[in-house]
Amino acid sequence: MITLNHYLALGGLLFCIGLFGALAKRNAVAVLMGIELMLNAVNINLVAFNHFLEPARVTGQVFAIFVIVVAAAEVAVGLALVLNIYRRRLDSNVDDLDWLRW
Amino acid sequence: MIKYAWLIPVFPAVAFPIIIFLTRKVRLLSALVAIAAIAASFVMAVGVLREVFLLGVTMEKPVEYAAPWLQIPGLLKIEAGILIDPLAAVMLLVVTLVALLVEIYSVGYMHGDPGFSSFFSYLSLFSASMLGLVLANNYFMIFFFWELVGLCSYLLIGFYYHKHSAARAGLKAFVTNRVADFGFMLGFFFLFAMFGTFNFRELAEAIPGYQNTGFLALAAALVFIGPIGKSAQFPLHVWLPDAMEGPTPVSALIHAATMVAAGVYLLARAFVLFASLPGIMLLVAYVGGFTALFSATIAVAQRDIKRILAYSTMSQLGYMVMAMGVGSMTAGMFHLMTHAFFKALLFLGAGSVIHALEEQDIFRMGGLYKDMKVTASTFIIAALALAGLPPLAGFWSKDEILAAAFDHGFTGLYILGTLVAFLTAFYMFRLIFVAFFGNRRAGLHGHESPLTMTIPLLILAVLSVVAGFVGTPFASHGFSTFVYYGEPHHVEPNYAVMLLSTLVALAGIGLAWLLYGRPSDVPEKLATRYRSIYTLLVNKFYIDEIYMWLFRRVVLGLSEAFNWHDRHVVDGIFDGVGDLTRISGQKLRFLQTGNLQTYALVIFTAVVIIALWMAAPVLGGVIQ
Repeated sequence: MITLNHYLALGGLLFCIGLFGALAKRNAVAVLMGIELMLNAVNINLVAFNHFLEPARVTGQVFAIFVIVVAAAEVAVGLALVLNIYRRRLDSNVDDLDWLRW
Repeated sequence: MIKYAWLIPVFPAVAFPIIIFLTRKVRLLSALVAIAAIAASFVMAVGVLREVFLLGVTMEKPVEYAAPWLQIPGLLKIEAGILIDPLAAVMLLVVTLVALLVEIYSVGYMHGDPGFSSFFSYLSLFSASMLGLVLANNYFMIFFFWELVGLCSYLLIGFYYHKHSAARAGLKAFVTNRVADFGFMLGFFFLFAMFGTFNFRELAEAIPGYQNTGFLALAAALVFIGPIGKSAQFPLHVWLPDAMEGPTPVSALIHAATMVAAGVYLLARAFVLFASLPGIMLLVAYVGGFTALFSATIAVAQRDIKRILAYSTMSQLGYMVMAMGVGSMTAGMFHLMTHAFFKALLFLGAGSVIHALEEQDIFRMGGLYKDMKVTASTFIIAALALAGLPPLAGFWSKDEILAAAFDHGFTGLYILGTLVAFLTAFYMFRLIFVAFFGNRRAGLHGHESPLTMTIPLLILAVLSVVAGFVGTPFASHGFSTFVYYGEPHHVEPNYAVMLLSTLVALAGIGLAWLLYGRPSDVPEKLATRYRSIYTLLVNKFYIDEIYMWLFRRVVLGLSEAFNWHDRHVVDGIFDGVGDLTRISGQKLRFLQTGNLQTYALVIFTAVVIIALWMAAPVLGGVIQ
């Protein structure tokens, strides 16, 4: 029997993988992928809560769809930024993107 | 007329801008405007004095008109008002009369001077300030005009501003007076703090019942510093001899009516304050007495005709202040009045001589009597009045001071005053015998001055003779029943005092004749024999030098110390704060890596910590 806890464990695991990717990866595209993973981990949690706690209402599912839409927009903007930086500097290593500091 | 008394200072005050802005180019018109204004004031002053008599205005029942000028309810009330009592009425008359005569005289004296018009505008402003001071009904107003008088004296003493010494003398007068004015200002602010009013009459009612005499004495002593400066009392007298750098009519005005009289007048106005404090009265009396003797001794050794007169003024002012101090306001004011006439005459006469010879050293003059009969004879009348020979004006007033000192038990001051009378007669007749008689020494020939100059001399000569009669002890309703403090009183003639002072004056004249009346080498011998005393007197007891030394050592030394403190301590603190900010900024900026992932890690860690913190109750207090 698969319970709510299994879903939450999966969501937590996915979130941690995504967080690790976002913080530790050097490639900008990989960082974006990590952020996507974190968003989807949250989506799993939302849907699971909706199914197990309030099956009569679809709030969680609708919310998940909103997240997917926002994530798509965010990826579009993020990839555009990465693409421009890459064109300019022929590099997409985030360690080198430190020109906003003093 | 008395209702419109406020117009008296307004006339000359209005003449000042008119001359400056309109008639500057037309010289004679400028003089005419100034003279017309002061003449109008004089006529008003006569009218006011007449009404004071007719309406029975006395010292207890003065007339006061006032309008609120600056008001902060419950905190501050300053009036613009006038107070007319016999004291003010007499002063108004003296000031307007002397100022009028001096201005007429100046037409002749300043003839041909490029600053002719501005000279008359300054004279007008000077008279206006003094008249305002006389009429003021509260300390704040009197201080306002007091400062204006100081300003005008600066302008007029430094009138020949292209001359370095004149510019310096003006500055010296101004700065010395500022020192004194500061004391005066503190004094009446103290009075305001104690009584909550600046008004003379309200203060006169409140002061006698006041218990905290220590504080009151402090205020009175501070107020007294004002007259010390303005009336050139020791130790703030140094500006007066230097003020001789101004044109001679200005010296006459300063010494007779407008400037130095202000200090004595303030003492009379504030008499109730001093009268309630015996200790301060004693201080006033001894400062006056000491100044009288101190400056009379200096006058004996001076060679410059105007400087001799300047030290004589200081000495006579010392008499007046001493009279106030021994408790006779009447005698002080009486002497102020008579002195105004004969000292103005002396200065105008000296001006006439200087105008003719362009020389101020009396030992380069001689035999002037033959050339300038009017100037010389009026000068001699004034000198006799100053020496105090009966029945001239100075005799009655000086005698009243001496009698007051004697009657109030100040025997020491009485003897000192008599000694000063002897010295006065001596140095005045030394001047006269040397300058007006004997042989022409430097081949300088005098010539009589024009009528605009001699007519004021003649008028003042008449006044120097008759002005004393209003206050003789033989007149039944004299000056003492008119201007007084406390009760109107009749002064009994004190024949012993009169006789002694007359004898002393004659002795002074006699000694002057013996030493200077004929060619002799006795003065030189005396000067060589008592070399040290003579040098001390010629150099005015080195007071100026002492002040310069004090200034260099104390003031400049303190300035050095404050400069160091400012540079190193005060600036150090502010520079330190600046450096701290700059250096900490320099070090702390390395916290900003610019690496997005580092920021994200920090933010995430913070979120985790906050989440755990908030979840602590649910987790069963694992963290806490």
